[in-house]
Amino acid sequence: MFPGQFEYHRATSIKDALDLLKQFGDDAKLLGGGHSLIPMMKLRLAQPAHLIDVTKIAELCAIGESNGKIAIGAAATHDTVANSSLVRAKLGLLAEAAAAIGDVQVRNRGTIGGSLTHADPAADYPAAALALEAEIRLDHEGGSRTVKAADFFLDLMTTAVQPGELLTQVSCAPIPSGTGYAYLKHPHPASGFAMVGAAAIVTLDRNGKFATVRVAVTGLGPKAFRANAVEAALAGKAADAATITAAAAKSADGIDALADIHASADYRAELARVYVRRAIQAAVARAKA
Amino acid sequence: MRVNLTINGHPRGDEIEPRLLLVHYLRDVAGLTGTHVGCETTLCGACTVLLDGKAVKSCTVLAAQADGASVTTVEGLAKDGGLHPIQEGFWEEHGLQCGYCTPGMMMAAVDLLSRTTNPSEDEIRHALEGNLCRCTGYQHIIKAVQYAAEKMRAAAGR
Ligand SMILES: Cc1cc2nc3c(=O)[nH]c(=O)nc-3n(C[C@H](O)[C@H](O)[C@H](O)COP(=O)(O)OP(=O)(O)OC[C@H]3O[C@@H](n4cnc5c(N)ncnc54)[C@H](O)[C@@H]3O)c2cc1C
Ligand code: FES
Ligand code: FES
Repeated sequence: MFPGQFEYHRATSIKDALDLLKQFGDDAKLLGGGHSLIPMMKLRLAQPAHLIDVTKIAELCAIGESNGKIAIGAAATHDTVANSSLVRAKLGLLAEAAAAIGDVQVRNRGTIGGSLTHADPAADYPAAALALEAEIRLDHEGGSRTVKAADFFLDLMTTAVQPGELLTQVSCAPIPSGTGYAYLKHPHPASGFAMVGAAAIVTLDRNGKFATVRVAVTGLGPKAFRANAVEAALAGKAADAATITAAAAKSADGIDALADIHASADYRAELARVYVRRAIQAAVARAKA
Repeated sequence: MRVNLTINGHPRGDEIEPRLLLVHYLRDVAGLTGTHVGCETTLCGACTVLLDGKAVKSCTVLAAQADGASVTTVEGLAKDGGLHPIQEGFWEEHGLQCGYCTPGMMMAAVDLLSRTTNPSEDEIRHALEGNLCRCTGYQHIIKAVQYAAEKMRAAAGR
């Protein structure tokens, strides 16, 4: 198995990548770690005539803190994000999601920008990005725009990224101390992709009631989503097991659950209820600790 | 296009087609057939090599992406006629039967041992999640990695 023919270009800067994108238009695809694109090219599901490798652009590989936010370059690998001391200290949820991706070889190659743009319905990052209310920077010739995670995922493998745009950075406000979080998934036994994954971020008030709750689910439907019904059912309530279980029961409400040879829609919906409950419980336990 | 890279410490350059996968470059161009091709779909790990020190599945890396990088294959493990501790571990602990998965297993294990000198059994299993073996039942592979870790700690005086 090998891909069709193409020309390989290694972009040296964001501007260089954007110029190449403009020059080759629809014939070009950006190349991150290649761990979604190369398999698709081997199957000839994608046959770009030009690949623009963005992983050697130094700016895109950096992780840093600026204006009170943690900014992660689009070409940072899953392994880099999972092991970054800054991400682990201030965006633990994102580090946990990164560490849960595939296996070490996949994490050593795949990038956060590639994963978010590919928007596989079973990808791990989207749930974390939604729960963290991440902001995603997209650069185009002559400018850039910022898209909220909530507006980024549009449908199955479809995002807000437009032709001519390059995802350059993902930024999130650091998780405040006293906040509990967890990302838990039921991995597919072969690939490791999430059959269902759940991200939860909670803070409790002085009386042990939910002050903030953000819950996001991946793997269940065509795109990752914020579980609004679950969040509403928890807001202001006591963080006890019965309340959490009752709220988590709403995890799949209104979602057109995916069904394939690996899992029926009903099974995925049940996984969502179970993993959302466990993720909230784990987040609550950490918030109390 | 031209790629220049270092394989097992030896620099080399070749004219290649951009679509050439790293595993085929290593096997067919560089003649290093120790790296195996199993599934070709990024699942089995038989093709694992180190790219700038990190384990990667070379069936899903373009040789072009490795331009300028340093690659280590199983052939690069032994030094001065002596086996690498991980090779010794697989030998001593019967970590292989047919041997098909073995080069990839060893390269993934070397990545792990570069991160932690005293991995727990759980950490070893986790680090080898991307490598499949159809013969051994994994038990002996875990022991082989533990053997190597111990040997490397002893050599480092820890
Ligand atoms: C065996 C295996 C197991 C896996 N398991 C998991 C898992 O458990 N969880 C999970 O979440 N994922 C999993 N993945 C997917 C993996 O995380 C991929 O790395 C990821 O989906 C794509 O990232 P990439 O950098 O490899 O992107 P590429 O494959 O290089 O690109 C993917 C898409 O994004 C575009 N793109 C890349 N970079 C940019 C950019 N900066 N701006 C705009 N567009 C860009 C490309 O043009 C392409 O369309 C697995 C993959 C494999 C092969
Ligand atoms: S041959 Fe590369 S993972 Fe199986
Ligand atoms: S020893 Fe035969 S596949 Fe592992």
